[in-house]
Amino acid sequence: MDEFPLYLIPLLPLCGAAINLLFGRHLPRAAVAAIGCTAVAMAAVLAWKAFALLEHAGPSGVLTASFFEGDWIYATEASGPSLHIGAGLLFDRLSGVMVLVITTVGFLIHLYSTAYMEDDPGLARYFGYLNLFTGAMLILVLGDSLPVTFVGWEGVGLCSYLLIGFWFDKEQNAYAGRKAFIVNRIGDFGFLLGMFLLFSATSTLKYSELGAADSMGALQHAFLGKWSFAAIASLLLFVGATGKSAQLPLYVWLPDAMAGPTPVSALIHAATMVTAGVYMIARLHFIFAIDPFVLAVIASVGAATALFAATVGVTQKPIKKILAYSTVSQLGFMFIGVGVGATGAGVFHLVTHAFFKAGLFLGAGSIMHALAGEEDVTKMGGLARRMPITRWTFLVYCLAIAGIFPFSGFFSKDAILAGAFAFDADVPGFPHWLGFAIYAVGLCAAFLTAFYMFRAYWLVFGGKFRGDPHTFDHAHESPPAMTVPLVALAVGSALLGLLGIPEAMIAHANLFEEWLAPVLASGHAESPHLSAGLEWGLMLCASGVALGGIFLARSLYANGISPTADRIAEGLPRLYKIVFNKYHVDEIYDLLVIRPLRAVARFFWKVIDGLIIDLILVRGSALVVDLVGRGARFFQSGDVQRYVVGVIVGTGAIVGISANWTACNAAPFEVTVAGADVTVHARGMSPGQVARPKNQQLEYSFDFGDGTGEGKPQPSSVGKHHYDAKGKKTITVRVRDPRWDTRSKESRTVVIPGVPAEGRGGVR
Amino acid sequence: MIPVENFLILAAVLFAIGVLGVVLRRNALIVLMSIELMLNAANLTLLAYGRARHDATFQALAFLVVAVAAAEAAVGLAIVVGIFRNRHSTNLDELTLMKH
Repeated sequence: MDEFPLYLIPLLPLCGAAINLLFGRHLPRAAVAAIGCTAVAMAAVLAWKAFALLEHAGPSGVLTASFFEGDWIYATEASGPSLHIGAGLLFDRLSGVMVLVITTVGFLIHLYSTAYMEDDPGLARYFGYLNLFTGAMLILVLGDSLPVTFVGWEGVGLCSYLLIGFWFDKEQNAYAGRKAFIVNRIGDFGFLLGMFLLFSATSTLKYSELGAADSMGALQHAFLGKWSFAAIASLLLFVGATGKSAQLPLYVWLPDAMAGPTPVSALIHAATMVTAGVYMIARLHFIFAIDPFVLAVIASVGAATALFAATVGVTQKPIKKILAYSTVSQLGFMFIGVGVGATGAGVFHLVTHAFFKAGLFLGAGSIMHALAGEEDVTKMGGLARRMPITRWTFLVYCLAIAGIFPFSGFFSKDAILAGAFAFDADVPGFPHWLGFAIYAVGLCAAFLTAFYMFRAYWLVFGGKFRGDPHTFDHAHESPPAMTVPLVALAVGSALLGLLGIPEAMIAHANLFEEWLAPVLASGHAESPHLSAGLEWGLMLCASGVALGGIFLARSLYANGISPTADRIAEGLPRLYKIVFNKYHVDEIYDLLVIRPLRAVARFFWKVIDGLIIDLILVRGSALVVDLVGRGARFFQSGDVQRYVVGVIVGTGAIVGISANWTACNAAPFEVTVAGADVTVHARGMSPGQVARPKNQQLEYSFDFGDGTGEGKPQPSSVGKHHYDAKGKKTITVRVRDPRWDTRSKESRTVVIPGVPAEGRGGVR
Repeated sequence: MIPVENFLILAAVLFAIGVLGVVLRRNALIVLMSIELMLNAANLTLLAYGRARHDATFQALAFLVVAVAAAEAAVGLAIVVGIFRNRHSTNLDELTLMKH
């Protein structure tokens, strides 16, 4: 099976990106669009082919490939683990499903873009980024080890920055792009730390080896304090997932990400980037499952996010903002799924969501296209007749996301809620009714989902047009390149759910879970099963809630904004305002994170950079050189006579100094002879010369010329000696000046009259 | 016999006059002449020591100085003539092109 060119699946979009980004400006617009679409289409065809092969290979079959032979990253040590990471790809049942979704939905979005972005001057750049994004996402999904996945992980982060800030000439868009990038980086940091921790415990980062028994054992039994490595590593990886998949508290980038072109929102919010976190957790579910505490945290965060974002979605006016918060909310559902152990259900919701959310965004794009870029749903209305295809497909997506039988969202959401309801693991630190609480929160979020989606639906298509009538006259159905993807996605949204029919309805009809079972079963506790009756009850409950949401929305918004809706908003002014302002989360971040960081950055800019480096170090040293130069300039007058004065003064100084150091002179010394005793008084210097300072005293040594040799150097200028015999003696005095290391020597001959002494007598 | 100190004092006076001439006079020709004066003061010193020590080496050295002085005078005068042709002046105060 190794011969299948798996590496072509990510490489094709990357090649398309390279062509469009490097040469796209010189190509005709049609060629640019064709290259962009073809690259993804070919990847999709290959993906389907690989999928067919995989199905043929049986439950445990996988396709593997590598970008190149040998190590991509390696590090060896004499002792300790060695690191060998290849650029390997893994196409198993989980990544296979993901690749299909990415390439198929991605292709539809590319196709849609050809019409939507028709008149944009940056078309080549747009398709280049779009292809790059798809390629990066495919690497993320196909990587057979965490580092390869991380390449894609960072790649989609980069591309989201590029695409969200696509119209960067507007400061607000560029800001949204930066925000997405920075928030993602925070999550990526957690991902990296988690990866390092996994490696330090298991010495491997390959998925297949991480799942092996000894790696699992190492993770379970290595502790950092009272936490196991598995728990810390999975919590850190989960931080990465909250960044990429827009969960609390790192979701803030996603609602702003609508600054990009609408198809980009479809790609980022639906098919690709935001699903990365869910996919990563599903991929590593066996590690996350080691500590139930981690799962409980994930499920709780997911539930909180689902409800939080849904409440915000209720009050928003721009259609893309509604959809953005809806995405955050739906991702919360997926995290509930992977958190409560219903990993298959989480991935299933990921797939169905990819279809209906991509459709919703593309539908919103179609609406905005018709209304000359109008986004505010309160200024729309009555578009049903004008845009029948958009309207009907939009209705299908809304039904799917609301979870109405038999549309896809019903099955995937129901599976997640059932999993939450059945979640009864006794997790320390969490109440035992956690599963039920999550179920209840999920149900509330589902109600709100149905409500806000149909609020948007009726505000757009129902009632009468509330905006500028002139705009309405120009409203028209979009061209086929846009409606075809809408219809295709609608078909997917409507029918995909049938892959995951719950056991209670038809036995052994849950093809999706069965398909994923070989990948997700390993090391995983048996997913809890509910009795058929209970499951029917949950389904009815969820459907009832969804229908309730729809009818509430109908009664309030079917004919424009009803007075009741306004009255509710006015009745709860404070609550409405807080929710409308998205709980002031952005402002809180601004206060707690951005402002302190700015203050620190400002400090470094103004004080460290501006004052210390620029002013003191750079300009200061220049100033010193300048001053020295100005001073020295004075001496270069060009006047030879001044130079001569310098020479004379210098010569004089040298002569003066050397006169001082020749001062050491042994010559003037006196000898006093008293019998056989001799006393020598040396002066060392000529009379009238300056005395030496204390620490530079002259050193004297005396040789009395009778074979006793030269005495040791001494600071005293007086030397005494006793002769044993009379006669002529040669006395030598040596003087050394330690300051200049100059020496002087002088000898003199004296006559020793003999022993005993005959009184004092001086001999000169 | 005239003591050697007298020669040395005369040489020092001549040398000082030479130095003052070099430093204070503006005319390049006078400066050159002052340099000659300094060289000759040095010669006088050499000869005085040679006489005091009865050593002919000093006289040889004095001849060498005379030869160098002749060469110096030739080159120096040529330079002064060259400068005069260019600038129509031998005033040293005006010859400060090498200023900062």
